[in-house]
Amino acid sequence: MTTSTVPVEAAAPTVPVPPARRRRGRLRTVLLGLPVPLLFLLLWHVGRENAWELPFGIRMGFLPYPADVARGLANYAFGTRDDAFSNLLWEDLPASALRVLSGFALATLVAVPLGVLMGRFSTAHALFDPMINLFRPIPATAWVPLVALLIGYGDQASIFLITLSAFFPVVLGTISGARQVPERLLEAARMLGTSGVGTLLRVVLPAAAPAIVNGMRVGLGLSWVILVLSETTGVPTGLGSTIFLARDVVQTDQIVVGMICIAVAGFLSDRLLMLLFRVLFRDRPLIK
Amino acid sequence: MEHLAAGRTADVRIAGLTKNYAGAVTAMADVDLTIPSGEFVAVVGASGCGKSTLLRILAGFEQPSAGVVEVGGTPVTGPGPDRGVVFQDYGLFPWLSVRENVGYGPARKKLPKAEVAAITDRFIAAVGLTRFAGKYPAQLSGGMQQRVAIARVLANDPSLLLMDEPFGALDALTRSDLQAELKRIHVDTRTTVVFVTHSIEEAVFLADRVVVMTGGAAHGVPGHISRIVPVELADRDVTSPPFNEVKREIAELVHTVPEPV
Repeated sequence: MTTSTVPVEAAAPTVPVPPARRRRGRLRTVLLGLPVPLLFLLLWHVGRENAWELPFGIRMGFLPYPADVARGLANYAFGTRDDAFSNLLWEDLPASALRVLSGFALATLVAVPLGVLMGRFSTAHALFDPMINLFRPIPATAWVPLVALLIGYGDQASIFLITLSAFFPVVLGTISGARQVPERLLEAARMLGTSGVGTLLRVVLPAAAPAIVNGMRVGLGLSWVILVLSETTGVPTGLGSTIFLARDVVQTDQIVVGMICIAVAGFLSDRLLMLLFRVLFRDRPLIK
Repeated sequence: MEHLAAGRTADVRIAGLTKNYAGAVTAMADVDLTIPSGEFVAVVGASGCGKSTLLRILAGFEQPSAGVVEVGGTPVTGPGPDRGVVFQDYGLFPWLSVRENVGYGPARKKLPKAEVAAITDRFIAAVGLTRFAGKYPAQLSGGMQQRVAIARVLANDPSLLLMDEPFGALDALTRSDLQAELKRIHVDTRTTVVFVTHSIEEAVFLADRVVVMTGGAAHGVPGHISRIVPVELADRDVTSPPFNEVKREIAELVHTVPEPV
């Protein structure tokens, strides 16, 4: 017999959306996304011109104009006006990215295996859960003085703070993912001859992948937050340290430039992380 | 579809099997059942009579409280690749393709890659899914997923095939297709089968013997075997009078409420 004799009962029907309508839908999303940011820029410009005083005591007279920020950004990236910050982006960005990457990678490397063990074994959970709950509520800001004394200032202190902060979202995501693995899949793996360690690698890890990836995205985002804090003192290069340098020389446009660069770097790193997973998993339904 | 070569097969010996759950009444007591190698046994009974528990104990997912459970002369201590289980909800790995799901067991046996691939292709062909080998489970219908699950355990060459209401979630048409296919596979492989089902017709159609279980916590009597009915019909035409006579006999046994102790 040939395979064509097998009745094929409706295999996952997907209704194709006509490309024209899909394109129109995307265009609509893009167009609707524009007015609010444009209004924001306009209000910023007008507010600066008239030195508005806003709630919280915000004195807009102290702000740079949006156009100044754009010029500052051009200078930071391409050295358009030869000053202390010209061309520095290409030193600061790699330095900061390397710190974020090191800290985040280190955190993931420890958090994922630990989370898998804690999610699957009550003994591991009982051993480590109190420590996690003890340390998790301590904000990274509170660690700074102690880290300064213990490690001093520099890359090591910076990476340590990032590792510490990125660790918790990744480990908590992994624990919850490892706990929610359907019992049926573990039974299936065991009856097919999978060993104990094998089930962790072949079933728990892939089944927990969506939760692990979510934890990693939160952890990576937090890494950029902590980066600024970790570069407050003593680190000569970096997006964060440049913001504080700009404050010390009262160059407000450069402060805003630094803020924008960190936001963009954080956004891009999240996209890169997702791209990495897509390349690794291809169309495998691991993170859905 | 391809014919399969005869596979491994083993006899089953269950004696004095009792299962208690902590803090609950005895779920099953004094179950004795001997199955010769190559036989197809169906287990029927009302909900809660312990038929699924019996199957899960044979699979090694649950431990008996007392009694002997042996497959091929070896006591069952835990799940293992010699006893393939087909679940009602398939239990396929969603992140693995059809090919990877079917090749999962052979790969665990550390067979050479080429041999794993050959076994995988053979069993995918045996359930007629060659064209879908690269698909993921979510892209397949329920009937196709259950074919994958059957191919996955057969690829492991089990000596005992345990099926827990495998066709219960399928529509009637798919269900009868798969019943016919399973029968053909059993004729080819001669693997011992224990098949738990709610459907008496399915049991009579497939099995050499039908084990009827009654009792259970809800009846105040532990689950037990009330009768074992041999099906000696040469022709399993579900519309024929002799077929329906056997069906009726078993239905009466299933619906007989056991006397509370």
